[in-house]
Amino acid sequence: MDIQLKRGLLDVCVLAAIKNEASYGYKIIKDMKPYIEMSESTLYTILKRLEVSGLLTVEAVEHGGRLRKYYRITEGGRARILEFKREWREVMSMYQFVTRGDEAL
Amino acid sequence: MNKQEFIASLKLRLVGLPQNEIDARAEFYGEMIDDRIEEGASEEEAVLAVGSLDDVVREILSQIPLGSLVKEKIKPKRGLRGWEILLLALGSPLWLSLLLGGFSVVLGIFACAVSVLVSLWATGASLAACGVGGALAGIILFFFRNGVAGAGLFGAALVCAGLSIFMFYASNVATKGTFSLVKKCIVGVKCLILKGGRDDA
Repeated sequence: MDIQLKRGLLDVCVLAAIKNEASYGYKIIKDMKPYIEMSESTLYTILKRLEVSGLLTVEAVEHGGRLRKYYRITEGGRARILEFKREWREVMSMYQFVTRGDEAL
Repeated sequence: MNKQEFIASLKLRLVGLPQNEIDARAEFYGEMIDDRIEEGASEEEAVLAVGSLDDVVREILSQIPLGSLVKEKIKPKRGLRGWEILLLALGSPLWLSLLLGGFSVVLGIFACAVSVLVSLWATGASLAACGVGGALAGIILFFFRNGVAGAGLFGAALVCAGLSIFMFYASNVATKGTFSLVKKCIVGVKCLILKGGRDDA
């Protein structure tokens, strides 16, 4: 898969993992695991990029005597997910065009 | 290896990156290990689940641009003194030419590799064109002029077409291999830069 495309898709996947409630690194990886395998290093880079772009915010919360970072989606992040859904409808329609009649082959 | 040893080794292996980047990465991995322990894993299991130190460092380096590593490496740790600036200026004909020379060698090797790839693709395209053109000419020759020569030309065109398929396959493999090699070389260079950073420290 094209690297830029994959990067964009992974960004949206991470945003989707935190769209309902703020979450932390390990939980994000665990929630995504049934769908996508992602290493800690890749997740770190994506979270950093999303934070710099203003699509999520980070907050350190005390948990069990230590600090745990929680990532919360912003309005910009939600808008990115909506944009992705809109774009994806177009992609799916193109996909259906490309694969039409393949069953007959 | 326990968490403390892993984090200490990771920090040491990343010396050469900006300090805030090292701390942030170490903190992130520390949190990942703590969360796994909290879920019931032993400390050793939690560290193992993060991956080997070599893999973690390689992955981190593959995501950091070479430019920012070099920038961090050449950034003076303290302000340069007057005599150091003078020495740098006086020595510039030597170090600058060596630097440019080294850069030209790397650029030359890269240009050679790209030329070989372009040649491979061009050869494949030429063979394909010969195949199509030769087949058409062979058919025309066979029916309207000389049957034997036409059949010969058609056969040669088929050979060219077959070779072109082989060439396209070979070019594709060579292109992918070259890109993968370049990627590995860049990570290798980044490792060397970090190793230099550790030696300096």
